[in-house]
Amino acid sequence: MKRMNRSNKVLLGSVMLLAAVGMTGCGSSGSGGNGQVIVYNWGEYIDPETIEMFEEETGIEVVYDEFETNEIMYPKVESGAASYDVVCPSDYMISKMIEGDMLAEINFENIPNAKKNIGAQYFEQAKGFDPENKYSVPYCWGTVGILYNKTMVEEPITSWAQLWDEKYADNILMQDSVRDAFMVAEKLHGFSMNTTDPQELEIAKNSLIDQKPLVQAYVIDQVRDKMIGGEAAIGVIYSGEAIYTQRENPDLEYVIPEEGTNVWIDSWVILKDAPNKENAEKFIDFMCRGDVAVKNFEYITYSTPNDAARELIEDDDIRNSEIAFPDLSKYDNLETFVYLGEEGDALYNELWKEVKSN
Amino acid sequence: MISRRKWLSAPYTLWSVVFILIPLCMIFYYGLTDKTGAFTLENITAIATAEHAKALRLSILLSLISTLICFLLAYPLAMILANMKVSQHSFIILIFILPMWMNFLLRTLAWQTLLEKSGVINSILTFLHLPNINIINTPYAIILGMVYNFLPFMVLPLYNALSKIDENVINAARDLGADNIHTFFRIILPLSVPGIISGISMVFVPALTTFVISSLLGGSKILLIGNVIDQEFTQASNWHLGSGLSIVLMIFIILNMIASAVFDKEGEGSML
Repeated sequence: MKRMNRSNKVLLGSVMLLAAVGMTGCGSSGSGGNGQVIVYNWGEYIDPETIEMFEEETGIEVVYDEFETNEIMYPKVESGAASYDVVCPSDYMISKMIEGDMLAEINFENIPNAKKNIGAQYFEQAKGFDPENKYSVPYCWGTVGILYNKTMVEEPITSWAQLWDEKYADNILMQDSVRDAFMVAEKLHGFSMNTTDPQELEIAKNSLIDQKPLVQAYVIDQVRDKMIGGEAAIGVIYSGEAIYTQRENPDLEYVIPEEGTNVWIDSWVILKDAPNKENAEKFIDFMCRGDVAVKNFEYITYSTPNDAARELIEDDDIRNSEIAFPDLSKYDNLETFVYLGEEGDALYNELWKEVKSN
Repeated sequence: MISRRKWLSAPYTLWSVVFILIPLCMIFYYGLTDKTGAFTLENITAIATAEHAKALRLSILLSLISTLICFLLAYPLAMILANMKVSQHSFIILIFILPMWMNFLLRTLAWQTLLEKSGVINSILTFLHLPNINIINTPYAIILGMVYNFLPFMVLPLYNALSKIDENVINAARDLGADNIHTFFRIILPLSVPGIISGISMVFVPALTTFVISSLLGGSKILLIGNVIDQEFTQASNWHLGSGLSIVLMIFIILNMIASAVFDKEGEGSML
């Protein structure tokens, strides 16, 4: 889901290695004597330099670990097999974790940068999954839309319905995850993307089955490389990847379809049984600093909710980019995923399997 | 003496208990219970639902085809190798084993790049004004991936079995008037059965359970039973169903092992 270019991957890998070496070298006392903080974040979702900066400034050692999807992260955190302090899940997963009593309330007095720098509208939006803004601090946000290759389509793409156009058979890339794929079909029919109504879901499922022969592949990370390489004309993609792909291939254009879409937020949370709560607060506060957040934004190109950071973006085009910072008030059909409960999840998974096996 | 031997085997016993026996028990525990921990057979019988049965049928079909192709490709090669001098055949075997030093995932990813619509192979074909091949994201690409990845596992046991056939037996057949075809079907083929069986199980079992090849080369459009299990664990967080379906797969693996045990009593076909 959230990936950046390869050379950076190597860099990140070496940082993690360094962190690991540091840990074994210094034992439990920590490198600067200020202990450690154990962070569990999306793959390639941070500028590794900011971690080094944090370590230098605070003397707190960062142990950094990565996950690929919310669903892979959850059982690892829930079972307590590995003890983490700070995790960065998405909206619906945060509400699931709140329900499961897995998160600690955040003391915002210790994280002054959060309220100071993060735009109020993002906290407002986060109320969809964290009703009292008690458990999470927004880190990245974005939309899901269509990326298309201007040289490969006959007319501008504006609607999800064009993903069902036979003209583009074998030229369409869909997201290979349950909720994202169903979101597309649900929005196409004007349903809520959080629906659990069996009839609506049946219709959405049948649409996805109808679409399957036209789909070239269901992909997660590969959508980026395939679109850059001109493998497909249209792909469903996260807005944060769009800026990066456009840099690599100027023929690509990103659009939020007229039927509306998913606005997602990934937020920092502190786990209830985190061993280093104070350091976790320091870490989140550091990440909310304008100069740090802008570094991360430039590295990962996912929209930052950090107003101070946005002001620091030097490139006017990016600062005012409709992709990175769309004016959400223009749309009235945007939604954020909420946790559907165990039964809802099971229903979606069952239907998704029917789509895939068809 | 005996107690010392026991002591020496301790690390291996420990290894098998920790990494084979305990995980196996956990799979059976999860597979035979539901979310509340109560005993149920539902996760096993779930194989009969339309999607699962279809995925299993497709997996069996694709792995049978791949095994057959591997066998047809590997047998002549193994015969050639077995008839070569040591210095020559060890080089060719090295060539076969060499790619296995590279990670299996990377090699499969490479096939993705090779087969893509605007990939390496098609670029070359276009350059030569030849028609393009479009097998990426189809079952054909999955079969190709399976054959490519598992061919060495077929070649090596076959080669092992064939090179153990006593030259004198073949000469005797010739002396008694058998022609090449007769010698092959009455002598060489029956004597290489242990190798064939072990080769088949070394190819069929991993092909049956793969989920990486099908998702990388099939564009996640083709759901094999391995993909179903993978999704139950990583996406649906339903470890019970995933384990139940794994137990069903184990039945096939056990059948395979029984076949090997029956035909390969002396362990001749064992790989290296």
